[in-house]
Amino acid sequence: MTLIALAAIERVFHLGETDVHALARIDLNIAAGEYVAVVGPSGSGKSTLLNLLGLLDQPTAGTYHLEGRDVTTLSADEQAAVRSRRIGFVFQSFHLVPRLTAAENIALPMMLAGIPVAVREQRVRQALRDFGLDNRANHRPDELSGGQRQRVAIARATIMQPALLLADEPTGNLDRATGEEVVHLLEALNAQGMTLIVVTHDAALAARAGRQIMMEDGRVKSDVSHAALATSTSA
Amino acid sequence: MRYADILRFARDAATAYPLRTLLSVLAMAIGVASVVLLTALGDGARRYVVGQFSSLGSNLVIVLPGRSATGGFNPANGITTTPRDLTVDDAAALLRAPAVQRVAPLAVGTTEISAGGRLREVVAAGSTASLMAVRNFQLAQGRFLPEDEWRSSAPVAVIGMTIRNDMFGNQPAVGQLIRLGDRRLRVIGVLKSTGQGVGMNTDELVIVPVALAQALFNSNTLLRIMVQARGRDQIEAAKAQATAILKARHGGEEDVTVITQDAVLATFDKLLGALTAAVAGIAAISLLVAGVLVMNVMLVAVTQRRAEIGLIKALGARGSTIQQIFLVEAAMLSLAGAVTGYLLGQLGALVLRQLFPVFPAYAPAWAVAAALLTALVTGLLFGILPARRAAQLDTVDALMRH
Repeated sequence: MTLIALAAIERVFHLGETDVHALARIDLNIAAGEYVAVVGPSGSGKSTLLNLLGLLDQPTAGTYHLEGRDVTTLSADEQAAVRSRRIGFVFQSFHLVPRLTAAENIALPMMLAGIPVAVREQRVRQALRDFGLDNRANHRPDELSGGQRQRVAIARATIMQPALLLADEPTGNLDRATGEEVVHLLEALNAQGMTLIVVTHDAALAARAGRQIMMEDGRVKSDVSHAALATSTSA
Repeated sequence: MRYADILRFARDAATAYPLRTLLSVLAMAIGVASVVLLTALGDGARRYVVGQFSSLGSNLVIVLPGRSATGGFNPANGITTTPRDLTVDDAAALLRAPAVQRVAPLAVGTTEISAGGRLREVVAAGSTASLMAVRNFQLAQGRFLPEDEWRSSAPVAVIGMTIRNDMFGNQPAVGQLIRLGDRRLRVIGVLKSTGQGVGMNTDELVIVPVALAQALFNSNTLLRIMVQARGRDQIEAAKAQATAILKARHGGEEDVTVITQDAVLATFDKLLGALTAAVAGIAAISLLVAGVLVMNVMLVAVTQRRAEIGLIKALGARGSTIQQIFLVEAAMLSLAGAVTGYLLGQLGALVLRQLFPVFPAYAPAWAVAAALLTALVTGLLFGILPARRAAQLDTVDALMRH
């Protein structure tokens, strides 16, 4: 089943007099449950692609179907609802709210979605157990290690049980061992059926993904699936 | 997002930056406190003056000789003769008016009082027994002037507390003889001390029968006639009847001025009420300034919390939710400031009342309500701009700048 279908997606930024084509006619299909790594040099458009997939940004042209639904034409509030229910984000710099405890950070998406307190508490308890944060529930982010922070962030990203998990350099701020641990965590979530898209500079991390999309100058330069080892380029 | 969650989230956000929150709460508190305190002062002044006038006597109508000059220059005034004096007969005639309950003539002059070798200048007032009821006098010792002393000049005097102390010291005064001008009089009563008030200072007054006073000053005129109406609703009737009677007695010429205490009171009431409102208006400006400060604080908060705003947008918060969070935070700051300011203002008024017990410094309810309402409205109004700005932040941009 196709989770993501991008057709002729363009994203143009206007910087003064010049137009920068961050994305130029991208066509891309990603099936549900896939594990995709997006790689490429800085400025190749991979972050822009991730923002578009996460509905944080609007394409200048083209259509984006998420779970068969054209999400480019949705209103801002409808897109917010889609982000809330179907998409989880993991950021390089964790983006935890400093004044909230680990448990409160994890509960944040549920609070924004208006889920009752009792349900929230039960789900947060479960998530803290799943991610090995039992004894860190009432610690603030500045009392947590980098690995613990990213685990809190991943717990928060998955607490609404989204179909799509987007990770932007999830190991970028972590040492190798901790990064490894976080990657295993993400891969375990993927193994449970969550579609995982990781943007990374790290070749070793990218190599673990079932499918690698190489970006360059706003285009998909190569798109390799491990299983088939076949190349299907689209320009 | 649930309302309870919005409230908690906004509260946590406000307490996470204590100094900033404290400063804006303080600004709002000072604004509200100044309104409460200044209106307490203004309204206290109004109550004080009104209270003083009420102590002059109730349902009072005062007759003065001569036409009131407050109407501006009237050419007719230039032609007519000088006004006739008010006499004791005029005063007695006023008793015929149905709306009049009591009449007290008043002749006033300065003379010398001496007793036991002590001598001082004194203001002597000639009147009748009715003066006591008309002016609400209270006696400390003895009794007041005898009834029906319109014509006879019994050699008696009622003296004020200061005169008593000056003349007799610790000795009993009632029953003692004094010399007033060239007359020997017996002290029959001492007035209770009232302190300085509006009108005459009764502590320094010697009251004698009106005929005696007129003989003393060698004059048959009165300074004024004090008239007490039968009731509050009879004041206007008493005024009209008194005017008519005196006009008839003075050959058809209206050469007296009749003023009611209510009219004087109403003028002061209006004047001091306007003063209170003006002071409240000035204090309200500080509320406006506080509102601008809350806006500034909230704008800084939006800038400081860009990453957080970007994050909660990414996590699925609608623009309206973010707007609500920031509006609620602004409202909380304003509310906390308003309540603090209200308490501070009431505390200040309380201290004022402790320091000056005669001064009734109570903030009027309308001023308190207006101050609290203005604080909330300005806080919310000035919260809208920052809240909108927060809601309109570009998510990607907000997340990146970190």
